Amino acid sequence: MATYGSDQLAALADPSRRAIVEALRAGPRAVGELAADLPISRPAVSQHLKVLKEAGLVADRAEGTKRLYRLEPDGIAAVRAYLDRMWSDALKSFADLAESTESPELPELPELPEEEQS
Amino acid sequence: MTLEPIRKTITVACSREHAFKTYTEAFDSWWPREHHLGEADLAEAVLEPRPGGRWYEKTVDGAECQWGEVLVWEPPARVVLSWRIDGDWKIDPDPAHASEIEVRFFEEGPGSTRVELEHRDFERHGETAQKVRDGVSTEGGHGGLLKLFAEKAAA
Repeated sequence: MATYGSDQLAALADPSRRAIVEALRAGPRAVGELAADLPISRPAVSQHLKVLKEAGLVADRAEGTKRLYRLEPDGIAAVRAYLDRMWSDALKSFADLAESTESPELPELPELPEEEQS
Repeated sequence: MTLEPIRKTITVACSREHAFKTYTEAFDSWWPREHHLGEADLAEAVLEPRPGGRWYEKTVDGAECQWGEVLVWEPPARVVLSWRIDGDWKIDPDPAHASEIEVRFFEEGPGSTRVELEHRDFERHGETAQKVRDGVSTEGGHGGLLKLFAEKAAA
């Protein structure tokens, strides 16, 4: 069983793989049927399905002479994993920029009145 | 049913005002370039700095895609954004189906700001979850996928 995290992130970052996931929403499909509906070759669809399967986003089973692929019903879980990673990346990137762009010449404001120190 | 929110905290070595301005006005400068929806590369990510402002991407082919809007605008303490991107990576314009992202800025000391992010209310995307489930299962009970998700999230 795949763990949710980097596998899904990488798998779903590709537009062709998102298109395959989208196509599988309608129900299980064979590789040939998917390739017929998408602007990519059958070997490319097979490669993408392999990545999606390794990421735990699709599963396959043999039906007669065909191998049918279907979505694993964890789509939202994958989205959550993706968002979790995304916010980590985004906040890190934000922190790096904020720390590198704050004006260094701002003086410390001496607001504490000296006379109160006795 | 409430689905566990995503929570992130980071401490930044700068003032609260600067942290807030960087998060909002300089949004495009730090947003990870690969995180966007359009087919073409990301040209600019924009967060309009006002209540009701849009939060959107522009891709190099000129397309715009609105991720959501600014629900709360309280500089330099807090900003709340809606997230209209559903479980199919599509825009769902119904505000009732959007999750929320709240970002809070706390001064921890001179030149130190704690930033807390919470992405919550995922259950509002529930219709997508149901559509996905309908697509993959003929026996799907209502909310079954969300339950699955909740179990995963709680694990």
